[in-house]
Amino acid sequence: MTIAADQPSEVDDVVLRVDQLVVEFVNGKKRVQAVSGVSFEVRAGETLGLVGESGCGKSTTGRALIQVQPATSGSIEYRGVALNKLSAKELRRVRTKVQMIFQDPISSLNPRRRVKDIVAEPLVIWNQGSKEEQAERVRTMMEKVGIDPDVAGDRRPREFSGGQCQRISIARALMADPELLICDEPVSALDVSVQAQILNLLADLKAQFGLTMVFIAHDLAVVKNVSDRIAVMYLGKLVEISPADDLYDYAAHPYTEALLTAIPEPDPEAGGHHVPLQGELPSPLNPPSGCRFRTRCPYAQDVCAEVEPPLQEVGPGHQVACHFPRPKASAAH
Amino acid sequence: MPNDRELDATNNTEAVLTDHYPGMAAIDETILNLETDAISPDGEVLKRPFGPLFWVAIGWVSLIILLAILANLLPLQNPNYGNYNILNAGPSLQHWLGTDDLGRDLFSRIVFGSRVSLVVGFGATFISIVAGGTLGLLSGYKGGALDSTMNAASFIILAFPAIIAVIALVAVWAPPNLWKITLILGVGTIPLMYRVIRATTLAFANRDFVVAAKTMGATTPRILFREILPNVVPIGVTFGLISVAGLIVLEGSLAFLGLSVPLPTPSWGNMIAEGSNNGLLSINPLIMMWPALSMFLLLLSINLIGDRLRQRLDVREGLL
Amino acid sequence: MARNQERLTFPPLGQPGDPLLEVRDLHTSFRTTRGTVQAVDGVSLSVASGRTLGVVGESGSGKTVLSRSIMGLLPPRDVVRSGTVEFAGHDLTTLPPEQLRQVWGAELSMIFQDPMTALNPVKRIGVQITESIRLHQGLSKKDAMASAVALLHQVGIPSPEDRVRWYPFQLSGGMRQRVMIAIALACSPRLVMADEPTTGLDVTIQAQILDLLSSLQKERNMAMILVTHDLGVVANRADEIAVMYAGRIVERAPTKKLFANTHMPYTRALMDSIPRLSDPSGTRLTAIGGRPPDLINPPAGCRFAPRCSYAQDKCHQSEPPLRSTGEPGDHLFACWYPLSGSATVPVTLKEPPSAGSPTPSNPATPPKDPS
Repeated sequence: MTIAADQPSEVDDVVLRVDQLVVEFVNGKKRVQAVSGVSFEVRAGETLGLVGESGCGKSTTGRALIQVQPATSGSIEYRGVALNKLSAKELRRVRTKVQMIFQDPISSLNPRRRVKDIVAEPLVIWNQGSKEEQAERVRTMMEKVGIDPDVAGDRRPREFSGGQCQRISIARALMADPELLICDEPVSALDVSVQAQILNLLADLKAQFGLTMVFIAHDLAVVKNVSDRIAVMYLGKLVEISPADDLYDYAAHPYTEALLTAIPEPDPEAGGHHVPLQGELPSPLNPPSGCRFRTRCPYAQDVCAEVEPPLQEVGPGHQVACHFPRPKASAAH
Repeated sequence: MPNDRELDATNNTEAVLTDHYPGMAAIDETILNLETDAISPDGEVLKRPFGPLFWVAIGWVSLIILLAILANLLPLQNPNYGNYNILNAGPSLQHWLGTDDLGRDLFSRIVFGSRVSLVVGFGATFISIVAGGTLGLLSGYKGGALDSTMNAASFIILAFPAIIAVIALVAVWAPPNLWKITLILGVGTIPLMYRVIRATTLAFANRDFVVAAKTMGATTPRILFREILPNVVPIGVTFGLISVAGLIVLEGSLAFLGLSVPLPTPSWGNMIAEGSNNGLLSINPLIMMWPALSMFLLLLSINLIGDRLRQRLDVREGLL
Repeated sequence: MARNQERLTFPPLGQPGDPLLEVRDLHTSFRTTRGTVQAVDGVSLSVASGRTLGVVGESGSGKTVLSRSIMGLLPPRDVVRSGTVEFAGHDLTTLPPEQLRQVWGAELSMIFQDPMTALNPVKRIGVQITESIRLHQGLSKKDAMASAVALLHQVGIPSPEDRVRWYPFQLSGGMRQRVMIAIALACSPRLVMADEPTTGLDVTIQAQILDLLSSLQKERNMAMILVTHDLGVVANRADEIAVMYAGRIVERAPTKKLFANTHMPYTRALMDSIPRLSDPSGTRLTAIGGRPPDLINPPAGCRFAPRCSYAQDKCHQSEPPLRSTGEPGDHLFACWYPLSGSATVPVTLKEPPSAGSPTPSNPATPPKDPS
């Protein structure tokens, strides 16, 4: 499952390579950088977690990966093919290999179509098999995601709860036979009890279909549960990337530390020592100089305002962009 | 539309509460659900019944349409034949609605006159929905230069005072006849229909289900017709019915000014105009009253049907 | 108008721990086209001055309806409510609307889940905060605005002098929730009802908002009812927790006791469904299969039985009463076969077997029993 970073990464092992990705939004004369030079790799069979607060650019990154948000510069390579340089026709074929699960289970399903038609859509688009074969595959897939095809097939999305809509979305995405699944906050609109169902389902399907995943969320506990490696984003930049279990033991970046302690622990005895993160994300219109986190960082010093810290290795496969990474002992818990 | 729904919900609660407690607008979805459709034990949505009034309205509109279509086959009197022996007669077995100042049968004139209203109302709406709807769908989904250009054009056209523009056109393109009027009004309504469909399309064009369709490799026509169109149709139908009603009134106004179908062909508009002429109103108010009443009931029915259809087609998108 | 009505009188603010709110056997149902929905079915609870009660349950458990029903905020049409809600010496269920309005905002206020819909989009936030102050305290416009600025400062909004002139859409989600809190606290209420106040916010902002509520609560000796679906949110904030399922309270205990010694399998399942940071990546979560039951036709017996892996025949036949453990500290639970001890007991709940059907907990098809 986890592929240690110190292994030489073989070319055919890398499913997705993102290099210096920049996404800008232009509104009149204003240019806002939502993503400012993000690079990472996703290897076959692994789940990369992408975590950060709303506005940090994690969802924009996710949308750029599936080419619904054009990249301003940089490259997105799926199996060596630069997705953002393909013609519309070439892209149409390749992109089925990269599918997305969205945050809002309601908005992601067409309210006027029957569930079985929604799930069959990828087959119909690519004209795969006869009508009967399609219907059979739809049935099988619906059963796999825990939706009873006899009860649910002819209904419309409005008749289902959020968790069930999310299951339908997953079934639809898997029908396209993807290799890479981008999950953009797939459980943040759900109750914790339903969240657990969906997370388990994703884990099962990942194993069953041999999927590679990018899992985007704001809750580190959720991300950690599903991810092999975690990348932490802050205001358009990657600030830390690490194997999931290492990150919990040793959060090197003060921001990661704050994210970890912000999670409410379901344990009344655990309370009382979280590092409160003051204020909110600064405007990406006018990002702080040097380290972008310095305005909220309790450990910031003069150099943080002047020099932007590069990503540097602090452990095997563990990189952090900070002038003063947290010392190992104090950071745990 | 979600906003309508919120409004409905707050209207249904005691207005006092809304005024005095901030946040009453955020009434729980569970309660909202109860006020619209219910869900049966096995999860099926139970639709709200249309109610008897809706069916009365449907019946009335169907009757008028049926009469208009079959007018030539029915044993009606010639609407233009004047029997000078019975001028301004009241309703009788012979003349159900009476006769006018030239002794023409009013019932027959109402039936034949309805053809003008219906052809103009439905015909012009059809033209505008087909043309305006297509343009709106394309423009709203594609965006970009095409959208900006069409959007600006629609604004410019809508800036003309409609009735004056129509009057001018009818005057230039004389003599008026049914098809010309229908065409002029239909084309004239395109910008309005374009704007409505474009706005609705915009609301759906960036939904995640459209993004999902793209990532699955759906072509643009497929997205337009399979994903967006079904969501736009209810608005088109509802607004189309409002447009039918509006155009019937507009045709009536033109006829009243003598700018529609020329006499002696009856239309409800020119009948009202005739009936209110030269003190005829005080001698025989029926001449004006029948077409006015017919038009009133037809418009009422169309609007009622439109309203109920809107409620029914307004898909609630989930139970979250 | 309210001014012409008899003014309610309230006893002076009590010491922390004095009784403040006492809800007895509250029932709330909605009449719908297909039957009566028993959204709240015989709930009793109490909150003391300065204390926090956490109300926890999944969507559809009736927790939101409960909070609104306590306040009397439900639309009168098609809603039937019985039971008593005694708040600071008044029974809220019998007060006429004019007098209720003297209570709302002033003595008892509410923080909603979605500040974007709860705030009026076309009014400046300063005006929205001062509305309630001016209504209840009769301050002049200028004084009210000054206290609005002070309030915004208290809830941690930077440069409040400028922000009072802003509109809700100009604020981030976290800032809007702070404004909601400022509005709710404007008249120093005795009790604030927070309905999922942090759902939809980032974890970092959630922590900020919850910290803010706790500190304001301490400062003002204010009681709070915190309604949420996430046990993690109330674990460190509530003095007592009531777990709701299908319109009823199924377990109620002081927080530490509840976590240390969970009796109701449902509560246990809710705890176990939360992903924990301390577990290694890839740890399988314990999910509760299915969905809460249909409240028009709740299952016979224990309402959780169809989803409970411990359920036995008795659970499907007769409903367990809410009873006490007998030990001191008021630990109530409704279960025939309560769990004993804490997390040491291995809990294996069913995986979602029938999650596909919209209401898998249909009483017509109870799960098979060994018998």
